[in-house]
Amino acid sequence: MRTLKFLLAALILAPSVVLAAEGAHLDRAPDRSGNNAALQNGAKLFVNYCLSCHGASAIRYNRLTEIGLKPEQIEQNLMFAAEKIGDPMAVAIHPAEAKKWFGVTPPDLSLVTRARASESGSGADWVYTYLRSFYRDAERQTGWNNHVFANVGMPHILFNLQESLSAAEYDEQVGDLVGFLTWLAEPEAEFRKRLGVGIFLFLIALFVVSYALKKEYWKDVH
Amino acid sequence: MMANVVYEKYKSDGSFLGNLLEWVDARFPATSLWRAHLSEYYAPKNFNFWYYFGSLALLVLVIQIVTGIFLAMNYKPDASLNAYGVPVAFASVSYIMNDVSFGWLIRYMHSTGASAFFIVVYMHMFRGMLYGSYRKPRELIWIFGIMIFLCLMAEAFMGYLLPWGQMSYWGAQVIVNLFSAIPLIGDPLSVWVRGDFVIGDSTLNRFFALHIVAVPMVLIGLVVAHLLALHEIGSNNPDGVEIKKLKDGKGVPLDGIPFHPYYTVKDIVGVAVFLMIFFGVVCFAPEGGGFFLEYNNFFQADSMKTPPHIAPVWYFTPFYSMLRAMVWDFFWLDAKFWGVVAMGGGVVILGLLPWLDRAPVKSIRYRGSIFKTLLVIFVISFLILGFLGTKGPEYTFFGVSWLPGTVIAQIFTVYYFLFFLTMPWWSRIDACKPEPERLTWK
Repeated sequence: MRTLKFLLAALILAPSVVLAAEGAHLDRAPDRSGNNAALQNGAKLFVNYCLSCHGASAIRYNRLTEIGLKPEQIEQNLMFAAEKIGDPMAVAIHPAEAKKWFGVTPPDLSLVTRARASESGSGADWVYTYLRSFYRDAERQTGWNNHVFANVGMPHILFNLQESLSAAEYDEQVGDLVGFLTWLAEPEAEFRKRLGVGIFLFLIALFVVSYALKKEYWKDVH
Repeated sequence: MMANVVYEKYKSDGSFLGNLLEWVDARFPATSLWRAHLSEYYAPKNFNFWYYFGSLALLVLVIQIVTGIFLAMNYKPDASLNAYGVPVAFASVSYIMNDVSFGWLIRYMHSTGASAFFIVVYMHMFRGMLYGSYRKPRELIWIFGIMIFLCLMAEAFMGYLLPWGQMSYWGAQVIVNLFSAIPLIGDPLSVWVRGDFVIGDSTLNRFFALHIVAVPMVLIGLVVAHLLALHEIGSNNPDGVEIKKLKDGKGVPLDGIPFHPYYTVKDIVGVAVFLMIFFGVVCFAPEGGGFFLEYNNFFQADSMKTPPHIAPVWYFTPFYSMLRAMVWDFFWLDAKFWGVVAMGGGVVILGLLPWLDRAPVKSIRYRGSIFKTLLVIFVISFLILGFLGTKGPEYTFFGVSWLPGTVIAQIFTVYYFLFFLTMPWWSRIDACKPEPERLTWK
């Protein structure tokens, strides 16, 4: 039995060693969770640069109050493509028309930071690296290509922003945008972890009580 | 157990509740059910760690049914695109995650519950192998268990289509296509299963119906049969000796203790520990590192875009590896057909264990070194097969070309089947130790 247990443990650990060796390099996206100023800046960048082609239809505008925005601020500064604050953050152009223009329908970005996760890094790492990896390519119709996503249909939409900033400043802005996308993919993530701590405390209490009960009952089993 | 025992009907003590119970008991076997299955169901007193997983499997079943009911209230099995170009089914999962109160918790409990179910059931089955719980007279308990395992696989497979992500779609495509490997009837059969020539809206609708109504009903029926058969015979134990051989004057096994309260209070401790791990995943790592929720499944299903690597969820990967290991055409039949045979056979052969095992003792505690050695290698091969199933067919261990995943999978697939098929021979010649008369305890 001892050898069995050792082998089981070794086998459970073995894949992590094998897995670690794989994958392409991605830069690590900065953590913006809980940083409302950064998330609000990310929301502004998202609405200005992304939302004309990509939707985030799983999220309604009024959820942006959870990153510290007031309803009036959302209505006046961010809602270009919607009428009511309870509307989803839908794309301005119709998906079918977008397909005519770009050859592909620009994907909905509600879950992009979760979908792009891989052994190489988190989905946020992927988007963060992707947005900083555009290069000029005359062979492409848009004039742009990307190191992370070869022959991507999307042009370098943040080009003007990148031109006007230093490399470090641009990274900060992209970091805010990716931080916002990460928040958007799972707005409940922070609450989920807080709830987890509460559940854990309850279960520890349950364990202590049930263990004492078990000991008490099993005293008379001989 | 003890179907022939006639239990006395409940006599009221004159209180209101007492009168009510007497009235019910005169019309319904309340007292006798309670006694036969709980307070006078005698279980061996030496249950160890491995014996928690039966009650935990029941707990996970309840979690899946309850969370599933609430998910079904908000989920829509509809493959058409909504106004934003997102499939309605995929969008309804996002709706559950973002708009339904605590919908994210219900959904994560259900998705984590699926993986937890298989972890718990694999441990439960392994316990059976360690202590010979499938041996006579418990063959039917084991058979019902294998049928539960098959139902669980069907349930998990069809449930996985419902979020309508890329892995949902292409995983279903690959698996349903397997039916077409069956000679003659294969192609019409796979069309019949899908209700279409490709995975589509009709497939999604029927999988939904099967996932939430048909299979769960069969599953619950089988669980009841599994427990009835168990309570008829009585539980095995880590020593693999029958406690019913030695009874006291009242017919109570000397080494038995009433399931309630002793094992109910013990199982609650197991439940508390299990829930810590379960909610640890739900609240801190709901994706389970991409194993419980595959990253690619956060992309909506796209019939025009085949993912570079289609991998089933981890609990199917050992059998998926066996499928892919078959690359030879035998007897003019396609390799794919033999893959399906290997995959199905890998599960079905487990059901033959009661008749393959010829050892004079049940428990690993008294079995010889042949069994122990072969079982260790069996566990290793199962885990390696599972690991390889998560990888593409081009995978090589440590990136070295002389350790190709496919060949390793073939070796371990052969071992998996040889372990069972040669068991009647080696289990008989293995040098076993004598079993004790009574349970070893403390």
